[in-house]
Amino acid sequence: MSENKPKQDAGKVFLEEVTGQSEEAQRIKGWRKTGRTLVVPLLAIFTGLVFGAIFIVVTSEDVYAAFRVSFGSGMATVWKTIIQSYQALFTGALGDPARIISALQSGNPLEIRRAVNPILESLVNATPYIFAGLAVALGFRSGLFNIGVEGQLFIGAAAATAVGIFVKGLPQIIHAPLAFLAGALGGALWGFIPGWLKAKTGAHEVINTIMMNWIAFRLTEWLLSGPLTRPGSGGLPISPIIEKSAEIPQFFPPPIRFHLGFFIALAFAYAVHWLLFKTTWGFDLRTVGANPNAAKYAGMNITKNIVLAMTLSGALAGMAGANQILAVNRSMALGLSPGYGFDSIALALLGNSTPMGVVLASLLFGALRNGATRMELLYIPNDIISIIQALILAFVAAPAIIRTIYRIRVPKEAEEAVFTGSWGGGNK
Amino acid sequence: MTPVLQLKGITKRFPGVLANDHIDLTLNEGEILALLGENGAGKSTLMNILYGLYQPDEGEIYVRGQKITVHSPLDAIRAGIGMVHQHFMLIPVFTVTENVMLGAETVRMGDFLDREKTAQRIREISERYHLEVDPYAYVRDLPVGVQQRVEIIKLLFREADILIFDEPTAVLTPQEADELFVIMRELVKQGKSIIFITHKLREVLEISDRIMVIRRGKVVGETTPAEADKAKLAEMMVGRTVRLEVEKEIAKAGEVVLEVRDLVVADAQKQITVDGVSFDVRAGEILGVAGVQGNGQTELVEAVTGLRHPISGTIRLLGEDVTHATPRKITELGCAHVPEDRQRDGLVLTFPVSDNIALCTYYKPPFARGIRIQEQEILKTAEKLIQDFDIRTPGPLVNVGNLSGGNQQKVIVAREFSRPIRLLVASQPTRGLDVGSIEYIHKRIVEKRDEGCAVLLVSSELDEIMELSDRIAVMYRGKIVAIVPAEQATKNYIGLLMAGVSPEQAGAPQVGERVVESTL
Repeated sequence: MSENKPKQDAGKVFLEEVTGQSEEAQRIKGWRKTGRTLVVPLLAIFTGLVFGAIFIVVTSEDVYAAFRVSFGSGMATVWKTIIQSYQALFTGALGDPARIISALQSGNPLEIRRAVNPILESLVNATPYIFAGLAVALGFRSGLFNIGVEGQLFIGAAAATAVGIFVKGLPQIIHAPLAFLAGALGGALWGFIPGWLKAKTGAHEVINTIMMNWIAFRLTEWLLSGPLTRPGSGGLPISPIIEKSAEIPQFFPPPIRFHLGFFIALAFAYAVHWLLFKTTWGFDLRTVGANPNAAKYAGMNITKNIVLAMTLSGALAGMAGANQILAVNRSMALGLSPGYGFDSIALALLGNSTPMGVVLASLLFGALRNGATRMELLYIPNDIISIIQALILAFVAAPAIIRTIYRIRVPKEAEEAVFTGSWGGGNK
Repeated sequence: MTPVLQLKGITKRFPGVLANDHIDLTLNEGEILALLGENGAGKSTLMNILYGLYQPDEGEIYVRGQKITVHSPLDAIRAGIGMVHQHFMLIPVFTVTENVMLGAETVRMGDFLDREKTAQRIREISERYHLEVDPYAYVRDLPVGVQQRVEIIKLLFREADILIFDEPTAVLTPQEADELFVIMRELVKQGKSIIFITHKLREVLEISDRIMVIRRGKVVGETTPAEADKAKLAEMMVGRTVRLEVEKEIAKAGEVVLEVRDLVVADAQKQITVDGVSFDVRAGEILGVAGVQGNGQTELVEAVTGLRHPISGTIRLLGEDVTHATPRKITELGCAHVPEDRQRDGLVLTFPVSDNIALCTYYKPPFARGIRIQEQEILKTAEKLIQDFDIRTPGPLVNVGNLSGGNQQKVIVAREFSRPIRLLVASQPTRGLDVGSIEYIHKRIVEKRDEGCAVLLVSSELDEIMELSDRIAVMYRGKIVAIVPAEQATKNYIGLLMAGVSPEQAGAPQVGERVVESTL
């Protein structure tokens, strides 16, 4: 049969890459399947660390100095540098096991808290990633590429800050959720606009969300130097500190920042999973994402679903921003996000666009980011972690590399699926 | 004489499926061997093994008595094995010459392509095998039949002498298919050997010297066109007696279910493609819409099912005006739709069979309670329908994209036929399917009619229309030129109407002249 398939745009093909295969893995249970879906990401992480080590070595002054002395001392320094760096990364991210054990033995609660703080701090780091990653994953599943998470996050943060500052006299049980909700609504609005534009005019969401990002950045700059500026900040773009009652509570006294937001993020991960895979709304979203023609045929309202998906995605992104304000920073500054919104695209990819995957990927990224701080004490630039993250992603995005390195056979089903599509049983 | 090609004990397993089970095959020099089997019988797997795209789990391949191993298509080509794929492997923006030389470039003065030399060889090959083609034409400008010739020339250019044709007629018009057969005969006359993969019985009987039938991965028999007839081949293929003609009683037409009046519809390019069409479909009858593809049938069906807004005119379903109703509204009134392009419209290929079964009713009980999807209910229904409709799949959770075309169509049929319906709109319901599936789907359509469902059948296969319809409407350039009761329709008369001859000139059909040939 001659196939008159509509020409696919590159974004679409990419989205299928991201979401296409996982459907089966989603449903078929059992450890073997789980193992198979995890094997590439795990090896990607490992390989990323191996390659990262090369970068650590080639950027280390000590190593060059040692090689000038002799090859032997050079190699020794190479090993020492790698081991020290990753030791720092590990203890920075997860704590020093020896210290944790001795703290547990001592039974001193303060000492225990201090010992496990790196883990808790990793979770704090992971929280905005979870929200933002969910935002992107929900978009992917609905066939939309939301690059505007960063902008939605800023708008969400600004909305939460405004409610946190200007609403006064409410009890925390009402004020904090209200501020969080405001953040979600702000993000939702910022997602709704490109969604609506796409549904009504066909304007591509990638372009529109990028533009919305710039509007969001400039808008927050203006807000922070205008209506939301901190009195007496001397022109610094920073907001006043939010009311006590608007805070999402932290569990321990400072410097431990571990807070309730982490559990809220987990709850939303479950909610997104439930929405996508257990409800008729999710069925609509996923069908529109996977095959809009079939969705139309099945009587689904494509316009409505595109707008809904972008709005929900924006809301999740807004929560990431609100969370950072209400639970961590307690005031808004321009340096609010080190690129959560953009990293989240990578996270969703790493997590195969499933909420569970996003949570796992976020924990990893949170830990890496947190561990990087400790590595910096050894004069290893923070950017190494960005390189490692980038490598991990490259390997996940191009699993063929990992399969070649480790000589993993392509799963047979996949092989068959590919070939029956193009060569075999034909007869479409 | 040593056979040109011998396969011994080829076995290939896929998870859950034994695709090839110890297959032996012998191809002699200068013969056309037809490899016949249903979709999913294992023909394509076998050929992909021979062509190096898959590795067999067991078995050996001999070319002219020499054992060979084929790890890639390159090995196959070196051994003189060439394949004409069902979907052409041509680059549309390249010329014929460039396509032919791709991967086997002739060069002069170091690295400069020598197009003229290749073109010269193409001319020689064209002349020798009667494969007319202009070496400097761009492939995108060539009709499908000629593109296929380019594929054949590619193989001859690489000096292949074992040619595999994978369902070559699927993309061709009947005239082009006839031309292909002439070419195939010419090729074997000059010493080439051909394996011809198909599931079309008529072609097998017409062209092959020997016929090998595969069923569920096993060779079930060998015969020759002289010994076999369609019925016998169909039986070997399917494994039971196949009724090649549809048995049906005279229709008992009831009340009007679908009423279309002065309907005007434009296509995506805003061209009027349905131009003032009026007809009724009654309960318990099949109205067949005949016509060469592209005469407005697609848009007509889309308008009736709510997928395209008509410009003017009215559509009534069970008395209710649905001219501008949504697809869901029309579905809920009891309309089922088997769409023309099953992969584009009818299925979500990355979803499992079960979700595709629920695709049109997922939001209603028992599949949903409130907004909660009832996965267990969907699975239960899917399992039942897989049984009832004989869908060959390892299970309800396998992605529908992994099934063969025939089984994909069965998923749609299962979904659409299993709910209470008053109108069935079936567009090209058996396109690209094998005998067993065609027989099955035809039977189900007639069953629906007998249950009192109104059926609007659109097909570009005239045989299918003639076999199933109670009345036949012929569409030509967006208009229905005539509606003829089936008992008065002859193939010749309908064919003339389809070609644009006016009913007066086509001559009134003679009662009793009706000769129906099987679709197969």
